[in-house]
Amino acid sequence: MSYLRSFGRFWWNFIVGDDWRVAAGVALALGLTALLTHEGVNAWWLLPASVALLLAASLRRTARRS
Amino acid sequence: MSTGTILIVAGAFLASAVEMVEALTIVLGVGVVRGWRSTLIGVGAATIVLGVLVAALGPALSSIPIDTLRLVVGALLLAFGLQWLRKAILRSSGYKELHDEDEAFRAERVQAAAAGDQRRAGLDWYSFTVAFKGVLLEGLEVVFIVIAFGSAQGHLGLAAAGAAGAVVVVVIAGLLAKGPLSRVPENTIKFAVGLLLTSFGCFWGAEGAGVDWPGDELSLLGVIAFFAAVSFVLVRGLRRRRIPPVAAGAEA
Repeated sequence: MSYLRSFGRFWWNFIVGDDWRVAAGVALALGLTALLTHEGVNAWWLLPASVALLLAASLRRTARRS
Repeated sequence: MSTGTILIVAGAFLASAVEMVEALTIVLGVGVVRGWRSTLIGVGAATIVLGVLVAALGPALSSIPIDTLRLVVGALLLAFGLQWLRKAILRSSGYKELHDEDEAFRAERVQAAAAGDQRRAGLDWYSFTVAFKGVLLEGLEVVFIVIAFGSAQGHLGLAAAGAAGAVVVVVIAGLLAKGPLSRVPENTIKFAVGLLLTSFGCFWGAEGAGVDWPGDELSLLGVIAFFAAVSFVLVRGLRRRRIPPVAAGAEA
């Protein structure tokens, strides 16, 4: 069981890292992009803008903690 | 060769170079103190595992429909690349310490000298396991990048060649320097890799979600420029926040 937990933790740290909110935000932004394009809106701008905001928010949280 | 392909090879090369510089420090630290036979066997074993991973996973992913693949790879690259970019911004703005290869080399040598003398399968087990783990863990990130870049663009061979080229360059540089490559600008390279991973992740992720980028592949350059500008602004902002204001009359 501890091997399984270590394995899961390794991949979590590998992909998600220190701030899970960034990964969750990326998933949400991708979902919204897919939804908008499905509705006929070519939302190419949504993902870059969301990523920039997620990055800034994550750095702001880290800076506040320091 | 298209712009995207050139950037893929460059990204794989840079990511591999920076990770192999760190792996080289670990291998040198162990090898210099405890001898080279078991250390190099550990390096070889890890290299074989990494090679098998690329050879097995790369072609397996090519059977997935390209839009689904780009959506999944884009999402993973974005999450992964943002970690690199975030850490590089924090290092550039003074919120996180820069990686010091000389200090890492010194610490590795101290640990190697203090470790016990356990032998298994005719090998110095400490040297073998530390070299194996070091190369495997540093190499896993490279494997992930090579597979992601290669599969989403259909150029696995070129991405792998870029990464392998960096290994050759780092090993030759290490042999010439006879020590850790402490003068390599690691954070600058990590910054560039973080930018490329984030930009490719954004580009492919959006394409996989059904977006038509204006200008098609050329818009990738626009995405890179956008994230470079955002990162520049964030570094400047964090640096300003980091520097404490000088109190009135402090110079007196």
